[in-house]
Amino acid sequence: MKEIAIVSGKGGTGKTSVAASLALVAGMEAVIADCDVDAANMHLLLRPDFSEACDFYSGEIAVIDKGMCRVCGKCMEVCHFDAVTLTDSYAEISAINCEGCGYCSYVCGSSAITMVPAKTGVVYESNIRSGSKMVHATMEPGAENSGKLVFNVRERAADIARREQKGFTIIDGSPGIGCPVIASLSGVSLAVLVTEPSVAAIHDLLRIVEVIQQFRIRTLCVINKYDINRAKTNEIKLLLANMNIAHVCDIAYDSDIAKAIAAGKAMSESGKRGSRAIAELWSKIKAVYG
Amino acid sequence: MRILFTSTGESWDSVIDPRFGRTEYLVLYDEESDSLSVTDNRSAKNEAHGAGRATAKVVSDLKPDILITGNGPGGNASGAIKGMNMKIFINAHNLTIKEAYDNYRNKKLTEL
Amino acid sequence: MTNSKYIKIAVASGKGGTGKTMLATNLAALISGSTKTLLVDLDVEEPNSSLFFGGNKSPAKTLFRPVPEWNREKCLLCDICSDACRFNALIRLGNEISIFDKLCHSCFACSELCPQQALPMKEHAIGELTHITDNNLTIVEGRLFTGEEQSVPLINQTKELSETDYGDYEVKIYDSPPGTSCPVIAAVKGCDLVLLVTEPTPFGLNDLRLAYATMKKMNLPVAVVINRHGIGNGEVDEYCRNESVEIIAKIPYDMEIARICSDGGLLLEEPGYVRPLLESLHKRLIEITNCL
Repeated sequence: MKEIAIVSGKGGTGKTSVAASLALVAGMEAVIADCDVDAANMHLLLRPDFSEACDFYSGEIAVIDKGMCRVCGKCMEVCHFDAVTLTDSYAEISAINCEGCGYCSYVCGSSAITMVPAKTGVVYESNIRSGSKMVHATMEPGAENSGKLVFNVRERAADIARREQKGFTIIDGSPGIGCPVIASLSGVSLAVLVTEPSVAAIHDLLRIVEVIQQFRIRTLCVINKYDINRAKTNEIKLLLANMNIAHVCDIAYDSDIAKAIAAGKAMSESGKRGSRAIAELWSKIKAVYG
Repeated sequence: MRILFTSTGESWDSVIDPRFGRTEYLVLYDEESDSLSVTDNRSAKNEAHGAGRATAKVVSDLKPDILITGNGPGGNASGAIKGMNMKIFINAHNLTIKEAYDNYRNKKLTEL
Repeated sequence: MTNSKYIKIAVASGKGGTGKTMLATNLAALISGSTKTLLVDLDVEEPNSSLFFGGNKSPAKTLFRPVPEWNREKCLLCDICSDACRFNALIRLGNEISIFDKLCHSCFACSELCPQQALPMKEHAIGELTHITDNNLTIVEGRLFTGEEQSVPLINQTKELSETDYGDYEVKIYDSPPGTSCPVIAAVKGCDLVLLVTEPTPFGLNDLRLAYATMKKMNLPVAVVINRHGIGNGEVDEYCRNESVEIIAKIPYDMEIARICSDGGLLLEEPGYVRPLLESLHKRLIEITNCL
């Protein structure tokens, strides 16, 4: 079973559309993981049935038993995150400010503070319209997006893929260069970069490649909307060649694609040009594995 | 030599876990005593932060001479591992522990 | 109550690539025509705002956060520090204390609890701050070093510096990171108004919902900007009506806009309809923030 992560650095380059299209083209061959958990979107295109749900906890949060609190103020003194305020009869801990470091609970003389697991989201295992399965999640607003939820989504998808003897797990990776994207990338067999010819996308591409190269992951690149700025497309091609990243496919700017996505359909369902590009990309991905 | 494998299972026929930090098991083969011992590392995946470092601590306590794994430790763990006086071989993905050991003996694995 | 002279606007979105930076940069450029304006790029993982402006960047100022440093001579290996650290940033490996700066949340527990004072705090570099000044407009950019995992401390410091070092700027625009998790909270906290940029598609609506829920949880006033108006359907309009959220502007779907932005250009000259659109947005911003 091979894990393939679709990543982009910058948001809005078409990463999720490409990933969802690959999911539909791969059909029963692949289990899907939506690891872009902060504002997950892939479900809008793949329409999962949310058949199994389970709460997800990550890290810890300090909780105070107000009855046991003696208002000594030690917790407030040691907290470096402004999470503790004192009232006349107890200390109060703000859940949104609490970093989960446990310092307050360590110093509390009356054992009034305990560290409890923090619920950060819900993970779903679903059937999707390709006939296969998808693992996805929602995050609590304002929760910390550590790599853990991302990793859990990925691991469950991989477990299903192994159990059902699928050839692939297709991962819709997180944007950015921080914790979540590292959790979606570490240990995958192949990374597929989706970029577009713009100054901002090129800037972000170089940053994500730096991260990918730390993990020595084999990488392919797709240029989406290549024809909106051909000079920038050529610039990307040169950069890719210099970084030894295979440029495997271009996708044209196409109002049919924009309309299809607005209607909840994937690129592969948008008409000839979109579906041909995705078919080409999928065959290039499979060619990596002979 | 004490040779440690990141593994998805508990025997010679288990497949190498390509991940270091969140590897499910650590399988140690002691060549001198010809014995295999297994450490369950499944709790590492529940670490919100620094699974690689938590695993590094477990590895350090096992005192291996050689580590055989898939991708190699990520940035978080490699700093901790550097000081451990242990050789690391990578790219053993998709091999069983037995095959990875044979490849190591035949010098077919990449040293980090 | 806000001082009517000073306004702080955050530009945010649930999803990346909706046109957040496009709006922030063009709005800042427009307002700076009449008012001293500060544009603060808080999307520190992928800061893009400065790509749209000429001018020379100031030398980078490195930003730090405190992390512990192990003093081997003083340490008795009592394990209080490794018990206290819940982030695996500090672990004991045999007779060594191993500290990994990137995982440290700077909670000071290990350092302050150590009976030997063997873990004094030192500075760890997390990113850098630069600024570009062009007449009435200054762009301040926070940039996270690659490999650093925590953006929140850098966002907080960049914001603090935008207060202390640039106090006399009447309008401050914060280009926030995308999403709804803690970096966004750090970026929008304390702003007078949050502009949520979205597009009229199922994606846009889904992300707007999540972003709006987060802002509501923080009790922040919100207005919506619809970008790429014309590609999708009326669901975002309907949602805003039901939630009583004002749609403050609609920017049409236009290839020319996409092309100009892809070259790092601003939209105040071409296409001609964008400037009046931003001007009325600006006017409405002043009205709203004065009423708050």
